[in-house]
Amino acid sequence: MAISCKKCMKIVIPPRPYCPDCGSSEGDWIQLMGTGTVLTYTIIHVAPQQLAVLTPYVVAIVRLTEGPALPGMVKFVEPRSVQVGMKVQVAYEAATEDGWPRWPQYFFRPA
Amino acid sequence: MPRKPLASIISAGCSQFGKLEGRYAREIFSDAVHEAFERCPELSPKRDIKALYVGQMGEAYEHQGHTGPTVTDWAGLLPIPSTRTEGACSSSALALRCGILAIMSGVYDFVMVGGVEKMTHRTTGEVTEYLSMASDYPFEQRSGLTFPGLFGLVAVAHMEKYGTTEEQMAAVAVKNHRHAMLNPKAQMRRETKIEDVMNSRPVAWPLKLFDCSLISDGASCAILSRPELARKYTDTPVNIIGSGHASDTIGLYERNEFTSMAAAIKAAEDAYQMAKLEPDDIDVAEVHDCFTIAEIVAYEDLGFCKKGKGGKLVEDGITSLGGKLPVNTSGGLKAKGHPVGATGTAQLYEIYLQLTGQAEHRQVPNAEIGLTHNIGGNAATSLVHIYERGD
Repeated sequence: MAISCKKCMKIVIPPRPYCPDCGSSEGDWIQLMGTGTVLTYTIIHVAPQQLAVLTPYVVAIVRLTEGPALPGMVKFVEPRSVQVGMKVQVAYEAATEDGWPRWPQYFFRPA
Repeated sequence: MPRKPLASIISAGCSQFGKLEGRYAREIFSDAVHEAFERCPELSPKRDIKALYVGQMGEAYEHQGHTGPTVTDWAGLLPIPSTRTEGACSSSALALRCGILAIMSGVYDFVMVGGVEKMTHRTTGEVTEYLSMASDYPFEQRSGLTFPGLFGLVAVAHMEKYGTTEEQMAAVAVKNHRHAMLNPKAQMRRETKIEDVMNSRPVAWPLKLFDCSLISDGASCAILSRPELARKYTDTPVNIIGSGHASDTIGLYERNEFTSMAAAIKAAEDAYQMAKLEPDDIDVAEVHDCFTIAEIVAYEDLGFCKKGKGGKLVEDGITSLGGKLPVNTSGGLKAKGHPVGATGTAQLYEIYLQLTGQAEHRQVPNAEIGLTHNIGGNAATSLVHIYERGD
């Protein structure tokens, strides 16, 4: 979900109480489609302790269809096959058994 | 070239960089201070130094915050006002900037600026976690992005847009290792070849172990004075003639461009404008090679070459000692070491040595104008300073 600023129509994600461009505090909540394309990526081999079991894993910056970009792990894909321009779709998972992150976490998977 | 300096450097000091086993940050800082005092015997530090600014990134390493008064005490300078500055890896360039502004305000005649970090006593996992705090927690860190991963994203974007190669990135590491062999204070003083870099294990592909700077302990400092007082205390003042400082989003994903750092470009523009100089005027520079790709991007952000040509610049040897514009003669963060908080003023220390003819075997002949480029995190904080040999 994102904020759509009523004053200047900017889509703000992560959502903020004040629009970063025009400062307005009036925005509507909108639901994004959750689709996007990979702008850049990297393959993490050395990870923080809690995620060590997942390595090697891909983290990408994804340009969402609506415009803004978000980082996210790209799962269910062979790391070396990830490419700039690849189409992905957001998905969610419950907390891992390690307890980190503790609440539903988003990630991307090939669309 | 009449140009009113912002402040003058009358002395500087730097500790050994490396794994300084059993030594606390405050202790290591006192090494740097001791050298700075020794280089400037005309000064009475306790009487003359009126404020101290110190950069340190992490409280977690020693479970110790409140660095300001602690290092001021160990520098023998209580009860002067002490301030710790934090801007991730640019913490001590921030201290430098604060010191410059303090001198320019006229409130103090002499200030000490510096930085310190103590990291090597922690595990790789712990250091990875603490360093990642320089990046955005809610979205980047929680997506499993590590600090090397951030620059992995930058590297892939740069490779994709400009065709920069892993070999060109490796050339940065090879160059900086070669330079470090001439720097007695460097952490890693051994040659490395392109093949060594290419075969080192991946950390955040395309970045491999040898593309990444080191985890180090170390401290650095400098004594700044009002320009008109400098000559009374040293025969070899170095004048700070340009200072630029800019900020950017904490998240890399929030930016329009991943192949250049907007804050670094802005900081550089402001520094050049203040100094009334252009990139071509720079004789020697210390730039922030936290990862090899960061040095390539820095060349472009600083105007040393056109966008996308950074890889070629290092490949062609332009930025090696003996080349037209030597960069990171100290060995850079890659080989000299990167005790995070100490790096900014350690870059100053190298330029100070270069411009006063004290860089020994790594001296750039006739170096008159120097530049330091210190970025924090993914350059969300960027500082560029320009220096001129005092006449």
